[in-house]
Amino acid sequence: MTVDIAIILIPFIMAAFIPIFYRQLSKRLIGWFVLVIPVSLFLLLTTYIPRVSSGQTLSNTYEWIPSFNINFTTYIDGLSLIFSLLITGVGSLVILYSIFYLSKKESLHHFYCYLLLFMGAMLGVVFSDHLMVLYAFWELTSVSSFLLIAFWHHRKASRAGARKSMTITVSGGVAMLVGFLMLYVMSGTFSIREIIANIDRISDHTLFVPALILVLLGAFTKSAQFPFHIWLPDAMEAPTPVSAYLHSATMVKAGIYLVARFTPVFGGEIVWFWAVTGVGLITLFWGSFNAVKQVDLKALLAFSTVSQLGLIMSLLGLGSVAIHLGYSSETVIYTQAAFAAIFHLVNHSTFKGALFMMVGIVDHEIGTRDIRRLGGLIRILPLTFTVALIGSFSMAGLPPFNGFLSKEMFFTATLKITELDIFSLDSMGVLIPVVAWVASIFTFVYCLIIVGQTFFGKISPDILEKNPHEAPIGMLISPFILIGFVVGIFFFPNLLGHYILQPAMASIYPTFPSTEEMTPHISAWHGLNTELYMTIGVVLIGVTLYFLLKRWKPIYRIFPQKLSFNVLYERVIGFGENFSERATKRYMTGSLTHYFIYIYMAFVIIAAGVFFMTDSFEWNTKNNAAVESFELILVFVMIFAAIAILFSNSRITTVLLNGVLGFSVAFFFVVFRAPDLALTQLVVESVTTALFLLCFKYLPDLKPEKSTKRVKFTNGVISLLVGATVSVIGLAVMNYDKFESISTYFEDAYNLAGGKNIVNTILGDFRAFDTMLEVVVLFIAGLGVYALIKLKAKKGDADIEN
Amino acid sequence: MESLMIILVGILVSVGTYLILSRQMIRIILGTAILSHAVHLLILTVGGLKKGGVPLLSQSDGPYTDALPQALILTAIVISFATTAFLLVLAYRTYKTNGSADFHELRGMSDE
Repeated sequence: MTVDIAIILIPFIMAAFIPIFYRQLSKRLIGWFVLVIPVSLFLLLTTYIPRVSSGQTLSNTYEWIPSFNINFTTYIDGLSLIFSLLITGVGSLVILYSIFYLSKKESLHHFYCYLLLFMGAMLGVVFSDHLMVLYAFWELTSVSSFLLIAFWHHRKASRAGARKSMTITVSGGVAMLVGFLMLYVMSGTFSIREIIANIDRISDHTLFVPALILVLLGAFTKSAQFPFHIWLPDAMEAPTPVSAYLHSATMVKAGIYLVARFTPVFGGEIVWFWAVTGVGLITLFWGSFNAVKQVDLKALLAFSTVSQLGLIMSLLGLGSVAIHLGYSSETVIYTQAAFAAIFHLVNHSTFKGALFMMVGIVDHEIGTRDIRRLGGLIRILPLTFTVALIGSFSMAGLPPFNGFLSKEMFFTATLKITELDIFSLDSMGVLIPVVAWVASIFTFVYCLIIVGQTFFGKISPDILEKNPHEAPIGMLISPFILIGFVVGIFFFPNLLGHYILQPAMASIYPTFPSTEEMTPHISAWHGLNTELYMTIGVVLIGVTLYFLLKRWKPIYRIFPQKLSFNVLYERVIGFGENFSERATKRYMTGSLTHYFIYIYMAFVIIAAGVFFMTDSFEWNTKNNAAVESFELILVFVMIFAAIAILFSNSRITTVLLNGVLGFSVAFFFVVFRAPDLALTQLVVESVTTALFLLCFKYLPDLKPEKSTKRVKFTNGVISLLVGATVSVIGLAVMNYDKFESISTYFEDAYNLAGGKNIVNTILGDFRAFDTMLEVVVLFIAGLGVYALIKLKAKKGDADIEN
Repeated sequence: MESLMIILVGILVSVGTYLILSRQMIRIILGTAILSHAVHLLILTVGGLKKGGVPLLSQSDGPYTDALPQALILTAIVISFATTAFLLVLAYRTYKTNGSADFHELRGMSDE
């Protein structure tokens, strides 16, 4: 076991230990105890930075299921290192924040257990090289997200939100799994690195484009891309630390990770370019447009996250064009889009994490997140206001914050792409910067809403009554660290760019020779260029729109509520539930007879079907023993008794006929040289008959069957089919002589077991264990009989006894 | 003989199945009892009939009838006795609790 695998496993191990040890820890300590893990993992991962930034990649293979060629390969390169640093870094801050955010009355051990489960799963996603292992961790993140969204499971909205996110992300995950299997069919390997290395061999395969689309479905559902974005706003029912961690900084970026990871595989395809860029841009616009109309701060941030994820996604799409063009000194410029994507991914985690924590503080201290009731909080929460201001302005793309830098690079990338004349970019390309620019205006407006409507304006009197005050210092540490990064990255962007972002470029563009070339020098000032004019336009129009918000907000009512994707989702789910309920009720009738019919029909179809398909029927009588006349009589007696039972409506007759069958069987045992069986059968048959007669004292008399003729006929046909199947197979088995009989072994019973009765030695010696278990069965049945007869219902439910 | 026995087994299986598919508990329990008779005869028959003497070493020097099916059946007889007894008592308890020994009535549905 190596350190890399331990990094993934430690969170799981801790998650397993928390339920055992939480009773020993006080409620406040448990959070600090858990905090140790992400912090130490983060510090451990930072020691990888020098090695990875010098171009090294680290991989370790642990053979997990060698027979299926499933290996647990951890692979650390620039891309996975960025994600793992975000997972552990933001994870540490969120856990620190949650210690102060969550009340001690909550079931904290559940919360931290799920959170660690998620952390381990997420690290597994970014470190796995094997596609199947990656998939398993991928679904595990969905499961832990489900558990965390439903943390307050007494609330209906929490459960609904959890189910929605689970349904959408897992459906996408299954699509992705199919895509992975297609990749395996094409390349013959599950290793991502090997697939990338053999990309020339598979890119002409007919399954290539279907695999591409399926993998993208997985990424789009996970990263809440249009039209799958609807789960993310509902996931905001989760506790705010969870929203900050899973639903803005890490889990929703798993889709981004997947797209970045598969860019070297699929990047050259036109479908990939337009799907990733197009969906990203639509999501960017739709998210920002819808964020403006939200009145719940968390819902607003959710739509803003959707929008920002779209931005990063579209940048990756734009960057993929460089793969298509291949390496040359002119094409390197297009890789900057991917660079901007990773840069903005880091920036987004910093400012959005801080903003979520800010909303959590407002909710915690004021008691509401509704912007119609908030206002003027700058006097009460000055420090929180600082967080909100810096976070929002960074998201809006204003200097001196890191969002400004990545937004400028985004504009650059959208402008650059219009210069190309492939992929019909010469006609459609102009749309890209336009959509980006319009979406940025809406982004600017909702950023102003966050700050303006929460912290400025009039403070409502019922808020003042509660005498709110600034959050405890513990809740402020984490957001302040994050906004420290927001400002710090603006002033030293190239430190981040060189040591952390640059190695990731090698992961996205493995065929490009120099990562140095692909790493632009990030600077705040590029002179008066188009990008700057675009930003100035965004600010001017954005401010105007913000102040005229009341005038143009009615346009949101133009869209009919009934046509939203949420309604579609609910229709589909509702239809599915109704349909499966009706379908299930049709065959799960609650009638024992029906279930028996299913079992017998399955027996007939499978046994007889296989029998006839393999043409196994064979019947000859050459080895048969001779038939004596008294045996023939016995056979007819049994047949007569059996058929008579069917027509008997008197229980005494029925039981006596059953006795006739039983004693005839005993007679056959004598004839067929089985004295032990005959003895046992005589005893058992006597007791059984007595038992039947005894029971008749307590049970009602037999009535003629009330079933209709049709039912009786069907039952009769099924019975005949079952009997015929048994007979036909039995007759064929008689002539089966492929194997030597093993029974001669037991004839040496005296030497082997010291007994002269072979049957007895088999039961008491050779198969003594079976006999012991048989006694256990008898014992259990006896216990059951005793319990059913003797035990009365307890007081309180005495009515069962009547 | 063997062929005749197997046809008998088929008839017994048919009767047992038909009884199991009926609605009254007593008939169902009888059906399971008849099915176990049929299976015992089937196991014995496929082992070969009258191929030798009684499997007692003290009685003869062989050849012996196959002893393995006999041992299997001995186990099966006892277990089928146990289940029959248990089912009978279960029927008794169900009748006492619910006042009916008809599965359709127990299901609480009047129509087919």
